Amino acid sequence: MTKEKTFIHPYIPNSVPEINEAMLKEIGVTDVETLYQEIPEKLRFKRKLNLPKPFLAECELRKHVMSILSKNKTCEENLNFLGGGCWQHYVPAVCDEINQRSEFLTSYTNTTYANLGKFQAFFEFQSQIGELVGMDVVSVPTYSWGTAAGNAIRMASRITGRNEVLVPKTISPARLATIRTFCQLVTTPGHIDIRLIGYDSKTGLLKLQELKDKISSKTAAVYIENPSYLGFIESQGEKISSIAHANGAVSIVGVDPISLGVLSAPADYGADIVVGTAQSLGIHMSCGGGTIGFIASRDEEEYVAEYPSYLISITDTTEKGEYGFGQCAFERTSMAVRDKGKDWVGTGTGLWTITAAVYMALMGPNGFKEIGQTIIQKSHYAIKLLAEIKGVKVLFPLNVFKEFVVNFDETGKSASEVNKALLNHNIFGGKDISKGFPELGNSALYCVTEVHSQEDIQKLADALKEVLIK
Amino acid sequence: MKGEVNLRRYQAPVWSEPLIMEMGHKGERGILIPETEEEVQAAVGGAESYIPAEMRRKELPKLPELSQPQIVRHYEHLAQETLGMEENIDLGEGTCTMKYSSKVNEMLARTPQMTEIHPYQDEDTMQGILEIMYKFDLICREISGMDQFTFQPAAGSHATYTNACLVGAYHAARGELAQRDEIITTIFSHPCNAATANAAGFKVITLMPDENGYPDFEALKTVCSQHTAGLMITNPEDTGIYNPRIREYVATVHDVGGLCFYDQANANGILGITRAREAGFDACHFNLHKTFSSPHGSSGPGGGAYGVREELAKFLPTPVVTFDGKKYHLDYDRPDSIGKVSEFLGNVGVVLRAYSWVMSMGAEGLLETAQVSVINNNYLVKLLLAIPGVVRYYAEGKLRLEQTRYSWEKLEKDTGCGTEDVRRRMMDFGLQAYFMSHYPWVVPEPFTPEPCETYSKEDCEYWAAVLRQISKEAYTNPEIVKTAPHNSTIHKVNLAPLDDPKRWAMTWRAYLKKRSK
Repeated sequence: MTKEKTFIHPYIPNSVPEINEAMLKEIGVTDVETLYQEIPEKLRFKRKLNLPKPFLAECELRKHVMSILSKNKTCEENLNFLGGGCWQHYVPAVCDEINQRSEFLTSYTNTTYANLGKFQAFFEFQSQIGELVGMDVVSVPTYSWGTAAGNAIRMASRITGRNEVLVPKTISPARLATIRTFCQLVTTPGHIDIRLIGYDSKTGLLKLQELKDKISSKTAAVYIENPSYLGFIESQGEKISSIAHANGAVSIVGVDPISLGVLSAPADYGADIVVGTAQSLGIHMSCGGGTIGFIASRDEEEYVAEYPSYLISITDTTEKGEYGFGQCAFERTSMAVRDKGKDWVGTGTGLWTITAAVYMALMGPNGFKEIGQTIIQKSHYAIKLLAEIKGVKVLFPLNVFKEFVVNFDETGKSASEVNKALLNHNIFGGKDISKGFPELGNSALYCVTEVHSQEDIQKLADALKEVLIK
Repeated sequence: MKGEVNLRRYQAPVWSEPLIMEMGHKGERGILIPETEEEVQAAVGGAESYIPAEMRRKELPKLPELSQPQIVRHYEHLAQETLGMEENIDLGEGTCTMKYSSKVNEMLARTPQMTEIHPYQDEDTMQGILEIMYKFDLICREISGMDQFTFQPAAGSHATYTNACLVGAYHAARGELAQRDEIITTIFSHPCNAATANAAGFKVITLMPDENGYPDFEALKTVCSQHTAGLMITNPEDTGIYNPRIREYVATVHDVGGLCFYDQANANGILGITRAREAGFDACHFNLHKTFSSPHGSSGPGGGAYGVREELAKFLPTPVVTFDGKKYHLDYDRPDSIGKVSEFLGNVGVVLRAYSWVMSMGAEGLLETAQVSVINNNYLVKLLLAIPGVVRYYAEGKLRLEQTRYSWEKLEKDTGCGTEDVRRRMMDFGLQAYFMSHYPWVVPEPFTPEPCETYSKEDCEYWAAVLRQISKEAYTNPEIVKTAPHNSTIHKVNLAPLDDPKRWAMTWRAYLKKRSK
């Protein structure tokens, strides 16, 4: 029986009934139902799926989806000061041009032969991140900063044979929650214990004494971040790494690489493993869908052996002078040896890897230096203007990169009330962090980048003044 | 198949493209940065004063310095040296469902209403995104029969890890986690099931196939015990063989108190045909970058839509999207949640593309997708099994669904040309290398095409004709196959340095150091 056709779908060439029938005939069956004979009746779904009526004409589909999307208010139409691990940086047009190329957009995994360009772009990502963080090995990235940190902590645990990690209390709660999931349930034997280290209430810096008190022969790694989630620069990197090393632990540093034209490479202050995101490098926020996380280390066998990630290595070919690429030490991965591999690897963030490679090439050494300087200056300008507002206090204001904590305790308003009021001025105020950091009172985390002009910052200050007077 | 297929002449683009680190000239700029306004400068002074001395970068990073046209040309050359799914008949990559990703969906995902949204915006300002996530959750529920989905996992393996964590949380809540430390999977399920179960702290038991290619049911009965935490299984498995007794497998695990997870990486042939719920599963996942048409993106960003039954919903990662009849919300207040598997809401742009795809298909379109993919596969079976050297293992006389695992074992024995040789030679005809098999190879010299609904009858015929030609070459002139590729972007790659610590190099800086030695 030929089923009734109500449409021929433009994405499905063989939905034409005559083609369908010809193929069935060639297969030697009379209808498609016969092809499902292996699925027993009791497992068959008996009715038609109850899905919304489709928009078969592309014209109508686009209208439908846009009618929903247009309910969003964007960071382009509004003035946005949200950050916290997903930031509004300028995305160069070239980045979008390259990541729209169908070759990159629609290819998948596979070998070098028909994918040389993709492999080379990955290698160029690894190479350029390597320059920024000062490391010789960089992975093909995974999903996010938090998942990369989770991977790195597990690497450290395997390298040291220890099951505890020390983490600053200033870490992003969302990132910490992600790391927790990677460290397994606390009821799982062999899980990694996460112990938080407090911070100085004036500077935000890690309490070194507390670190010294808590570190022990159980500690696999000390993990810190630069810039920290709360925005300040953690200047004690070298001391922290030394304390970690003196206790046989691995020093892991999480970074936002857009800062590395002006801030020291983590390798220069003793990091053994560096992780971070590349969302700031030419990738749109997309409601958090622009996340990507890399892992980097020195080129030591002991470390390379513990990466769960794909590692693209350069090699040669049978043709003299030709570069080839391939998977380094593939046998360590779960794709090669399943549960005997190092954690797991799979589909990651390939398109963002290529995009970030393009961004780094566009920026070059001077671009990174200049953007770092601009961001710091603008952030401190915003700190200056905001701190002048009655009742507003900026916490840890001295060594800020692009984010800072604004406290509203003395204004009589909560951070969420302030944000609601700012919305009327078409401003997205900083992220309310009063739940995650109750000790900081009614505070919000503000983010200023190169996209903000002096006028934008003034507009924020004016709006805040108005909001707080009411 | 009627008539001869004319094989195309093909030459992959060869640009001998240098590495970007070898290009450019000191001082060239790819893009300029907004300068700090004079008044701002005057008010705050130089940036260095805000960086503690010990944290100031002493030496600029050794990044390339190139002007914009040079960068664009370079990356366009690299793009050309990559064979996208769109540029070829990419039906060879089984388990990957290389389907067409429509241009309109891509256009929608690239509007500012999607790209310029911050995940911490006030709910009122992101009602559109939340509506799409909520409605797509409803769609996934209907397609699977599960009761609630999360889109936080960024890919399939991330979803199976989420499942392993959730299985742990479920047993922990019942005080049984210490006792239940084993997860069972099968050798023909994706390796991530075994790997992520292990990463979540479970011992992994892997079932091998019985003589018919089904996971060994007797073995399952033997390994199920009070230690069983769960089962993670694909169906149809990577062989394309559908296990008709799946409900009995699930029941066997349920009987000893385990949870059953359905890895639906291979769902394309069964949309609207059979569901996780009817087979008794507690949880499942879909790959949005496979079955739901979001582009593969050179391996991500993907989407692992993970769904569970009602009684497990409280364990899902936070937040979940809720709807009160008027407005959409993000619910973070979920005390039993496993927490977060990633920082934000997942790859929301991928969810948008998947939603838009379903809205372009409807129930009938999904059924059509499934049926055509199964017709295509069975048509390809006819064509491929007629090629000298191709054999197929297991389940004699049983039909495959959306993909089939074949073997070049006979070709290899007859000619010395194995599956890796054939795969390299394919590129000389303008085809992406096929997927062989996950490891270990249970089927010798394997290959696994998946001719999903995107591919026409002629596409299947062309693809089969290329394999027929390579088989012919193997029998008459094996050298041409052995030394392939000949028309590719590069020649046969030297694999030895990849496993040699003295020669491997993951960065240009490492390469320069090692080369100088």
